[in-house]
Amino acid sequence: MSMVEVSNFIISIIAASTPLLLAASGELVTERSGVLNLGVEGMMLIGAIAGFATAHATGNAYVGVLVAAGAGMLISMVFAVLTLSFFANQIATGLALTIFGHGFAALLGANYVGIAAPVLGKIAIPGLAEIPFLGPILFDQNILIYFSFIMLGGIAWFLRKTHAGLILRAVGDSHDAAHAMGYPVIPIRYGAVAFGGAMAGIAGAYLSLFYSPLWSQDLAAGRGWIALALVVFAAWRPLWLLAGAYLFGGITYLSLFLQGLGVPIPSPLISALPYVGTVVVLVLISRDSRRIRLNQPACLGKYFHAVA
Amino acid sequence: MDSETIGPATQMPPPLLSLCGITKQFPGCLANDAVDLTVGQNEIHALLGENGAGKSTLVKIIYGVMKPDAGRIEWLGKAVRIGSPAQARSLGIGMVFQHFSLFEALTVAENIALGLNNPADRVGLQDRIVDISTRYGLPLDPARAVHDLSVGERQRIEIVRCLLQNPKLLIMDEPTSVLTPQEVFKLFETLRRLAAEGCSILYISHKLEEIRALCEQATIMRLGKVVAHCVPKEKTARELAELMISAKLKEQDFGHKIASTAAPRLVLDRLTIRSNQPFGTDLKDISFSVAPGEILGIAGIAGNGQSEFMDALSGEIPAGSPKNILLDGKPIGHDGPAKRRRQSCGFLPEERNGHGAVGPMSLSENGFLSAYVRGALHRLGVINRRRTFDFAAGVIKRFDVRTTGPQAEARSLSGGNLQKFLVGREVVQQPSLLVISQPTWGVDAGAAAAIYEALVALAQAGTAVVLISQDLDEILLLCDRIAVIAAGRVSEPMAVKEATIERIGLLMGGSEAEAVDALPA
Repeated sequence: MSMVEVSNFIISIIAASTPLLLAASGELVTERSGVLNLGVEGMMLIGAIAGFATAHATGNAYVGVLVAAGAGMLISMVFAVLTLSFFANQIATGLALTIFGHGFAALLGANYVGIAAPVLGKIAIPGLAEIPFLGPILFDQNILIYFSFIMLGGIAWFLRKTHAGLILRAVGDSHDAAHAMGYPVIPIRYGAVAFGGAMAGIAGAYLSLFYSPLWSQDLAAGRGWIALALVVFAAWRPLWLLAGAYLFGGITYLSLFLQGLGVPIPSPLISALPYVGTVVVLVLISRDSRRIRLNQPACLGKYFHAVA
Repeated sequence: MDSETIGPATQMPPPLLSLCGITKQFPGCLANDAVDLTVGQNEIHALLGENGAGKSTLVKIIYGVMKPDAGRIEWLGKAVRIGSPAQARSLGIGMVFQHFSLFEALTVAENIALGLNNPADRVGLQDRIVDISTRYGLPLDPARAVHDLSVGERQRIEIVRCLLQNPKLLIMDEPTSVLTPQEVFKLFETLRRLAAEGCSILYISHKLEEIRALCEQATIMRLGKVVAHCVPKEKTARELAELMISAKLKEQDFGHKIASTAAPRLVLDRLTIRSNQPFGTDLKDISFSVAPGEILGIAGIAGNGQSEFMDALSGEIPAGSPKNILLDGKPIGHDGPAKRRRQSCGFLPEERNGHGAVGPMSLSENGFLSAYVRGALHRLGVINRRRTFDFAAGVIKRFDVRTTGPQAEARSLSGGNLQKFLVGREVVQQPSLLVISQPTWGVDAGAAAAIYEALVALAQAGTAVVLISQDLDEILLLCDRIAVIAAGRVSEPMAVKEATIERIGLLMGGSEAEAVDALPA
């Protein structure tokens, strides 16, 4: 392979990994606060259609991204009200959210099938983008790819170094103790769910406005579920999340690449590779259940009833 | 009262905290009924009462976690409303909780930072933690994760966290229930020093000797009401206890049998188990034997492997090899709980609701779950309703369980009543081995006495009993031999008559060598 081919190969892996990274970093923050939102896939699809429709109407992909973030946040608030204020079961509500997202996006998107919307353009960073080999990979990408890295670094810093991040982790670790110390458990969780929703919405916009710019019904293709699995894979640690997202992005792209090469393996099997990979990696990780439990927010998915 | 008419010469400093007519109603229970309480400046004040007397509710109101339905709170003579813990802290009230409000996954410094509202307080925190902890003799390493620490160390975190804010009132909710006798001694020194330096202490406990040793004033509560204010040093422990439970206490003395010569019923042989809990304790190389008719007490501070030990004996965690656990010489190390029960073993874990009993199920269903084999409560897999109902009714009657009947849900019973039912459920099956953990935790004195009598009667009828408890008094009262669990190891059992509090305390702290030195020559 020539240098250009290698560079294109890496760029394709980045492109495939970014939506996973965006959605999973939002979910990581949500889960660190103790809320399990299984509706990532649904929120991604709603973000995707909201972003697509807005960009199509306004002709501006950036407005589309903002609206997608807002739509993801809005739909996540439905989840938050049901689970945090009305104590609905988080798992059932999250599943319902995904099913709803599928249907709602398909309904709104019915007229857009096969239509193209404005695409997020690449933003070359002056000077740096001209570096041979590394330049096109690192400094000539679209805004959401830069954004995914900035957010991941920001989340890692927020959780580790800031007092607000410490409170968020404390709420996820023991909501009763946090409440006894006077921290507002429910509002903090609302905030974390909203952040997760916005990030999932942006991940959806990335798919509909950059990755596969023609609208199609099953745009998310299980990426929301992989993002959820990634959070467990990373044991709720941001830097591991980066590694995981790129591992799975790499496998996803590899499956496309192998199909393109015409390897004599049935293509449905190759397409299944990322999902098989998810299962295998999760099983390997879960072999040491102590490690998972050590890192898992202790209140993940549990109800919180304040006694006052 | 108008202070000007009294004149400055006779003016007393106002009390630090004064509560008047505090009332708090929970659904179905009046937790505080017009409670009055006054804590003076520089005073160590005891709040005494049994579990369920309303002490914890009262201090939660003082600390702003709960709001009272009625009543007035005065701080330094001025009426205040304490709406949140943050407000309480800004007044100068600090609290050390009974069940520590600590975050296991975080470090010591992070935990302390969470308790500080003012960002300015968090500057240079690490150094100030080290400074305070050395000044008051509470050694702590700010960088360590809480789940690695002993219970005594965890309590120090809470105390240091309070002291960092220069409190005027420190509330301590049952602080010594998790400490070794030596740690209690050190804690008292710290508290006396704090009081001398101007910090009043509200000390909540039901341990009478401690209160007599430490506190200058006491307020005694029963069923949500204040029943007495007194000076604890002027009363005997017995008088205090009778005020607390409003009944004459029966002296209990069961006498301790000498070592039995019969073949052992239960033998543990180098039992080693890795904990399945994230912050659990691994069991290391445990060997001892228990004879029929003997009660062996396992003392130790919470979190030293008691729950893993209980799970290992009940079969919830299988042993490494079947031969690690022998019942009447038969290896049962790989048998699960049901199989062990079929071989005439009985188990009662510490956690009642959810482990010992299924909360939403009725008492008769809960009876069935444990007794269906030996009580012959089913036939061909179909529950015999009548016999099951009668079984539960029999337990309720014999153990004086206060409930509406066998159809009552287990979770509707108070802790003490449910415990009486659960102990009864195991006892009436006449097991040949009974393993029981914390049988009287949270149980009132009357119910505890009934449970003690049942256990002793069971042992007299030939059952081998293993009693795991953090209550040393209970073990010294009931047991024939005592062993100590510390960091997952169980010490060599010794006859209770030969055991000294000092030696047991050292073993509880995990220092085997010192404990041997402390042996009487």
